[in-house]
Amino acid sequence: MDFSVVISLGYVVASGLFIFGLKMLGSPATARKGNMISAVGMLIAIVVALLDQGIVEFQWILGGMVVGGAIGAIAARAVAMTSMPEMVALFNGLGGAASLLVGWAALAPDATTFTLVTIVLSILIGGITLTGSLIAYGKLSEKLASGAITFTGQQIVNTLIIAGVVGSAVMFCIEPANTSWLYAVIGLSLVFGIMVVIPIGGADMPVVISLLNSYSGLAACAAGFAIDNNVLIVAGSLVGASGIILTQIMCKAMNRSLSNVLFSGFASVSNEVTEIDGEIKPINAEDAYYILEAATNVAIIPGYGMAVAQAQHVVKELADLLEANGAEVNFGIHPVAGRMPGHMNVLLAEADVPYDQLLEMDEINPRMESVDVAIVIGANDVVNPAAREIESSPIYGMPVINVADARTVFVLKRSMASGFAGIENPLFYKENTRMIFGDAKETLSKLVRELAG
Amino acid sequence: MNGAEYLLFILMLAVFLGFELINKVPATLHTPLMSGANAISGITVVGAIAIAGNGNQDLAQWLGAGAVALASINVVGGYMVTDRMLGFFKKKEG
Repeated sequence: MDFSVVISLGYVVASGLFIFGLKMLGSPATARKGNMISAVGMLIAIVVALLDQGIVEFQWILGGMVVGGAIGAIAARAVAMTSMPEMVALFNGLGGAASLLVGWAALAPDATTFTLVTIVLSILIGGITLTGSLIAYGKLSEKLASGAITFTGQQIVNTLIIAGVVGSAVMFCIEPANTSWLYAVIGLSLVFGIMVVIPIGGADMPVVISLLNSYSGLAACAAGFAIDNNVLIVAGSLVGASGIILTQIMCKAMNRSLSNVLFSGFASVSNEVTEIDGEIKPINAEDAYYILEAATNVAIIPGYGMAVAQAQHVVKELADLLEANGAEVNFGIHPVAGRMPGHMNVLLAEADVPYDQLLEMDEINPRMESVDVAIVIGANDVVNPAAREIESSPIYGMPVINVADARTVFVLKRSMASGFAGIENPLFYKENTRMIFGDAKETLSKLVRELAG
Repeated sequence: MNGAEYLLFILMLAVFLGFELINKVPATLHTPLMSGANAISGITVVGAIAIAGNGNQDLAQWLGAGAVALASINVVGGYMVTDRMLGFFKKKEG
């Protein structure tokens, strides 16, 4: 029996559900249902794909699905919310790898030039996504050094790799029967993925993850062309577009162009040391408590340091106690705080902070003047006033959360070392800034004890 | 049907649609959006299924089986972890 009409219609329904699901992911109230709808779309697509007449044996399909599904399910259950960035990076990479394999498998002796080009593209994008994501995973999980890795001649090496990729891709399309070109494309794209991500430092990871997310979609899209399957094209390009939008948002939040993020580490921008007037005024948790107790409006600005210290739950406790004490408490979230888009929001949501208390930068900044105490927890560059005040600063022009406009600023910080980008932060020297040194979680626990007692 | 023009036409429409859909997602949902979109990119599994079942016992079949496994991790893991995350998002009561 020929199921081809059923299969085509099934793919149409699946595509519709993906679109609908993504639309519902756009609002917190409907997001969970949207994700569910998109999953139903995927289920339909998989079921109708199994009706394909060309399938003569099922054991490898089912074996692959069972093994892969089990690994995915276990990983999804076990992962801690603080490890979400590396998890997403890893999943991106696997998607890329799958597209690489599909592109490779689509190679047939009678392939047209158009098909050959799309095969090369799916291998190339898939390969870059795979190794790029693995490097990003290594950096995010601190299995690799998270800093930018640069060496002399890097540009030359990269140029040679690109030339090699283009050359072997063209030769593959001309001479598809010669498999050495194919292997060259596969090998070089894997190497290129590594080279693209190693020079990018930890603080730029939100951009990289978004970009790799986009690539994983584009790779699926290219694979769709290679095997002539339109549901892959639709779903892949939706993901590609969403990743590109996130990438743009992240770049804008850092006031840098994508090419600047990809091709130059922060350190190379400027090594100028700027003199900052004023002095550091440390206080202890007890004195901080007296100021907090009198506050009626508190803003909490979290950064990557909060994730590292796993301090999100105790932050929530503090917020509850302050509210019980009659204060209004809001959270100000910078778009690139943390290591991936929305990182802080997920952590705080896990700690039961309601999402309407999480304000975006543009919402919290106009309110900052009426804030009594702004508490900066493990954030540095995203609250650095140098971005507004010091023209020679490498981050000048980047939109930041203007915590210095609050009456008092508490900065919870491990030590006086500068932030990831290695840029001095004049905030620490401001008249109204008080530094509370130590582990963020311990400091917050002390404040919680004082407030509760 | 088919032919390159037809597929390119689909590509163009889907890209525009994607941009329109995602443009207004609030920052709070960026992580779930990303992992939810990532799960969708596991759609490659659909392409891999036909290849893994071709019964030829050739290289393509093994590649396809590998792709099914990898994409399944992506699909199942992606949807489940997104659902877990979204379960945390609550509105303030009262």
